Amino acid sequence: MKWIVVALVLLWAAVPALFTGYDPIAGVPADKLLPPSTEHLFGTDAVGRDLFARVVHGAVHSLSGAFVAVGVGLLLGTLLGLLAGSLGALVDTVVMRVVDVLLSVPGLLLALTVIILLGPGTVNVALAVGIGSVATFTRLARSEVVKVRRSDYVEAALGSGGGFAGVLWRHVLPNSLGPVIALAALQFGAAILAVSTLGFLGYGAEPPTPEWGLLIAEGRNYLATAWWLTTLPGAVVVAVVLAAGRISRRIDELARRA
Amino acid sequence: MRRAGQALLVLWAAFTASYVLLHLLPGDAILIKFQNPELGLSPEQLARIRQAYGSDGPAAYLHTLLGFLRGDFGYSIDTGTPVVERLAEALPETAKLAGLGFAVAIVLAVGIAFTPWLRELPSLFVAIPVFWVGILLIQLFSFRLKLVPVIGGSEWQQLILPVLTLAIPICAPIAQVLARGIDHAATQPFVQVVAAKGASRRWILWRHVARNAMLPALTMAGLTFGELIAGSVVTETVFGRNGVGRLTEQAVSSQDTPVLLAVVVLTAAVFVLVNLIVDLLFPILDPRLRS
Repeated sequence: MKWIVVALVLLWAAVPALFTGYDPIAGVPADKLLPPSTEHLFGTDAVGRDLFARVVHGAVHSLSGAFVAVGVGLLLGTLLGLLAGSLGALVDTVVMRVVDVLLSVPGLLLALTVIILLGPGTVNVALAVGIGSVATFTRLARSEVVKVRRSDYVEAALGSGGGFAGVLWRHVLPNSLGPVIALAALQFGAAILAVSTLGFLGYGAEPPTPEWGLLIAEGRNYLATAWWLTTLPGAVVVAVVLAAGRISRRIDELARRA
Repeated sequence: MRRAGQALLVLWAAFTASYVLLHLLPGDAILIKFQNPELGLSPEQLARIRQAYGSDGPAAYLHTLLGFLRGDFGYSIDTGTPVVERLAEALPETAKLAGLGFAVAIVLAVGIAFTPWLRELPSLFVAIPVFWVGILLIQLFSFRLKLVPVIGGSEWQQLILPVLTLAIPICAPIAQVLARGIDHAATQPFVQVVAAKGASRRWILWRHVARNAMLPALTMAGLTFGELIAGSVVTETVFGRNGVGRLTEQAVSSQDTPVLLAVVVLTAAVFVLVNLIVDLLFPILDPRLRS
C-alpha cells in the first residue's frame, strides 16, 4: 500500500496528463463549486477548475520541493557528520555545538529566517526546509560514522596503507549510510509537510500554481460551502506523508538487519 | 552549574548565528523601506537612518547584543515601535494558547499511551499538516455541528479549537516515547517480582511501570517546547489570533528582521531554559541519578 501511494504520486508528478484530462489552470466558470462526483472526482473550485486535476498537477511542485529539501539536508548533513566523526575532537566539538544551536531553534522558525533572507519562492522554500533539517542529518551521520570509524575493518584498511580520504569514501561512508537513508525517507514526509505549510502561509509558489499547501489556503475562503476544497488535498498530503513514514521504517529495519 | 553555563553558551551562539544570518541580506529591510525614490532621501540620510537602527558593522552587533541583555530588542522596521512593545502585546495571547495546548497535549499523550487500541494514533498525528487540522476542526465543529461559533463567542470558546489544533501534533512524540517506556518497563524483572508478591495490575502500572516510563517522556516533552512556538505560528494564522506566531508571520512578509531576530532568540531562550529545568529535575525524580 505504502509503495502504491508513493508510486502513484511520483507518476502524477511525472505524467499528470495520464491521470486527468482537465486543465489545472483554466476553469469552466459555469461548473464552479461542484461537489465531488464521478465527473469531477474531487469537485471543482470557485472558478470552475477541476480540483483533482489541480492536485495531480500540483504533485510535481510539492514533490520536487521536498526532494530538493531532503537533498540539501542529506548532502550537507552527511558531509558535516562525516567530518565531525572522523577529523578529530576539535572539529567534532565545533560542528556539534553548531548542531546544538540549530536544534534549539524550531525547524519552521529556521526556515522562516532563511526565507526572510532569500525572499519567498518555490526554490527558496525548498532550500529553507532543507537547511532546517541539516542538524538532524548531521547528528545521525556523525553517530554512525563514529561507530564505523572504530571498527576493525576500518583500522585494517588504514593500517594496510589506505589513504585517509580514500578509506572514508570507500569504507566509512557506505557503512554509515543505512540509517541516514532511512532518515531521508522520514524527512521526505516531513519536508512535504514543511513545504506545504510554507506554501499555505504564502511564502512558496504564486497563485495559480496548484502547489498543495497553496490549494488548501485558497480553499479556506469556502469552508462553509465547499468542504472538499480543503479536505481532499489535505487528505492526499496525509496519505503521502504516512506512506513515506512507513517506507522509512521499512528501510530502517532492513539497514539494521544488514 | 556547568549545564547552566553550556545553556548560556548555546543561547549566545543562537543569537550570533541568527544575527549574522539576518544581516547577510543584500538589500536589507531598511533599504527596502527607505530607498524608495519617492521619499527622496540622500545617501547620507540613509546612512544616518541605518545608524539609528543600529544595523552596520561589528559595533552594531555589540550594540544589539548588549541591548538584548538589557531587554531592549531594538525597533521594528515595519511599524517603527520598539520590538519589546510588540512582543509584550503578543506574548500573553501565545502564552495562553501554548500553555493550554501543552497541557492538553500531555493529557492526550497519557491517554493514548495507556490505551492499547489508540497506540497507532501518534504516527497518524505526525503526518497531518497542522494548518489542515485547524481547518478541519473549524469545518467540523463550527460549520457542521455548530458547537463553536465562528465569530464572537466567549474567550474560552475561541480558545478551544486553536488549543486542540496545537495539541494534536505536540502530543504525538510524547505519546510515542511514553508508550515505548511503558512497554519497556513492563518487561523489567522488578515488575515480575512485585507481581509475584501479589500486587494488583493497577498498582504495578501506576506505582512501578508509569514512574519508570515517565522520565524519557519528560525529556521528550521538553524537546517539543520549540514546536509549540512553531505550531503557534501556523495556528494563529489559521484562527486569526494576534500572538507571537502571527507577529512572526507578518515579520517575515515585511522582512522585519529585528522582530524575527527577537522571536528566534526568545524561542531559543525558552527552549534552552525548559530543557535545563528538565535536566535539573531528573535527579529529583529519579533517586538513582543522585550522586
